[in-house]
Amino acid sequence: MSDPTHLSLAEARDALKLKKLSAVELTQAHIGAIEKSRALNCFITETPELALAQARESDARIARGEGRLLEGLPLGIKDLYCTKGVRTTAASRILDDFTPTYESTVSANLLRDGAVTLGKLNLDEFAMGSSNETSAFGPVVSPWRRAGDPDAKIVPGGSSGGSSAAVAAHLCLGATATDTGGSIRQPAAFTGAVGVKPTYGRCSRWGIVAFASSLDQAGPITRTVRDAAIMLKSMAGHDPKDTTSVDAPVPDYEAAVGASVKGRRIGVPKEYRIDGMSAEIAALWDRAAAWLKDAGAEIVEISLPHTRYALPTYYIIAPAEASSNLARYDGVRYGRREQGRDVIDMYEKTRAAGFGPEVRRRIMIGTYVLSAGYYDAYYVRAQKVRSLIKRDFDEAFASGVDAVLTPATPSTAFAQGEKGAADPVEMYLNDVFTVTVNMAGLPGVAVPGGLAANGLPLSLQLIGKPFDEETLFSLAAAIEAAAPKIEFPQPWWREG
Amino acid sequence: MSVDSATVRRIAHLSRIAIEDSEVERLRGELNAILAFVETLSEVDVDGVEPLTSALPMQMKKRVDVVTDGGIADEILANAPIREDHYFVVPKVVE
Repeated sequence: MSDPTHLSLAEARDALKLKKLSAVELTQAHIGAIEKSRALNCFITETPELALAQARESDARIARGEGRLLEGLPLGIKDLYCTKGVRTTAASRILDDFTPTYESTVSANLLRDGAVTLGKLNLDEFAMGSSNETSAFGPVVSPWRRAGDPDAKIVPGGSSGGSSAAVAAHLCLGATATDTGGSIRQPAAFTGAVGVKPTYGRCSRWGIVAFASSLDQAGPITRTVRDAAIMLKSMAGHDPKDTTSVDAPVPDYEAAVGASVKGRRIGVPKEYRIDGMSAEIAALWDRAAAWLKDAGAEIVEISLPHTRYALPTYYIIAPAEASSNLARYDGVRYGRREQGRDVIDMYEKTRAAGFGPEVRRRIMIGTYVLSAGYYDAYYVRAQKVRSLIKRDFDEAFASGVDAVLTPATPSTAFAQGEKGAADPVEMYLNDVFTVTVNMAGLPGVAVPGGLAANGLPLSLQLIGKPFDEETLFSLAAAIEAAAPKIEFPQPWWREG
Repeated sequence: MSVDSATVRRIAHLSRIAIEDSEVERLRGELNAILAFVETLSEVDVDGVEPLTSALPMQMKKRVDVVTDGGIADEILANAPIREDHYFVVPKVVE
């Protein structure tokens, strides 16, 4: 068989089942690709021996006819998921060589279903960033390059930048990711991949390093819609250890891929046509609406009037929750510790040395908006605006809309150092189309729509009703079928 | 609203993050840029709107108040930077 890293997850699954390929061969091919691709800096920790041991077990199971849902399929795990016996860093110096003695529920679900885990993927520190440039382990380089500009290092998006770059570079069949304001969908969009942020509560948050607990949700990044459906089926499910995880059956998402979208009503929100939107993004959006119309869907204009307040609301609520969640890094129970003259001095020195600039900034903003005298003016007001943002979606869905179609990002990927150096807010604007979805707890999918004139991927976002991921998979598959096929980059970055 | 340098120092201390004198001005500028960005929320009419406390309506789950875990002191201490027997070691807190 030709290079098995070029199979989709679904194709690899079928090839293993038919014994055209062994799990060990498939895993070795990926390990080889990873070894030659260190220039991209996708992995913080590689676990080739663990992966091969898992693959051997998978081959034994397949031989016995006991293959499971993801038997023998090599995946990457975002280094925000705690993995038993494998260092977990959240891309921060403060966790040092923290090695969990437990496995996150979502990664445990993947292992239960027979997945092979290749290692821990790079990310923005504590998932705070939109370009993977805040990682304490250095930025990830996207496999994509701008047309006529081969020297510019393009960012893979963030925070799940290691996940998106590894998937686009064929270093794994799929990867886990997390999304607090767009951290699955924006990196997927920047790399021509598919990213699914499920409904809040669909996947357990237990064992995933917390950023903003009312917004965080786990999901997959893959190269096809079908692959995302297969992975989510395994990742999702009720977990008594996360009180916000929902006790509802997990549907067969793969069955929704290819299902008819005839008669579906798709809302196009006029407020997303923001000032200064590039003609290319606007044209992509119109094209995608036309593709869905051709597939039998009905396109209607809708209004989500509080859209412009979503990002400012996010930059109160997310830092507030982060400042509380990150209080646990005190140099006492795990991670890095600096000496101090007393316990407070030890805390302050440890946290100054351990957290990078973006994390320190967000903890300070969060502390400020929660502090006495400012709590009502900032935090409570933001929570009220969040109610209004959610109400906008509730009303749109109540009016008969099945899903909402928007661009995924306001631009294509940019190069390292191009954004946010002078003003942190410039980087925050990347999430202008994705952050509303986290505010309202809804499911969202990023799906590629073709390439821009600069040669980089452009993507659409579909937003669904709570727990209606199936409709999103059907609609995303319809866009995937109609859009120009994404050809992932040739491996210019490989060594040896 | 914007913060002055005394407030920056106070927030840093509340956050338990040591800052150098040379960092205060830069942090003040960055924090004020973010505060200016969120200032737009003051124009939203939120009269009579309840704050959202749960993304989706869900009943808080409860479990029986019984011990479900324990006896894993070694595991809990495994990642401690400084430990002694089954204790975390910290600088002296009480004189």
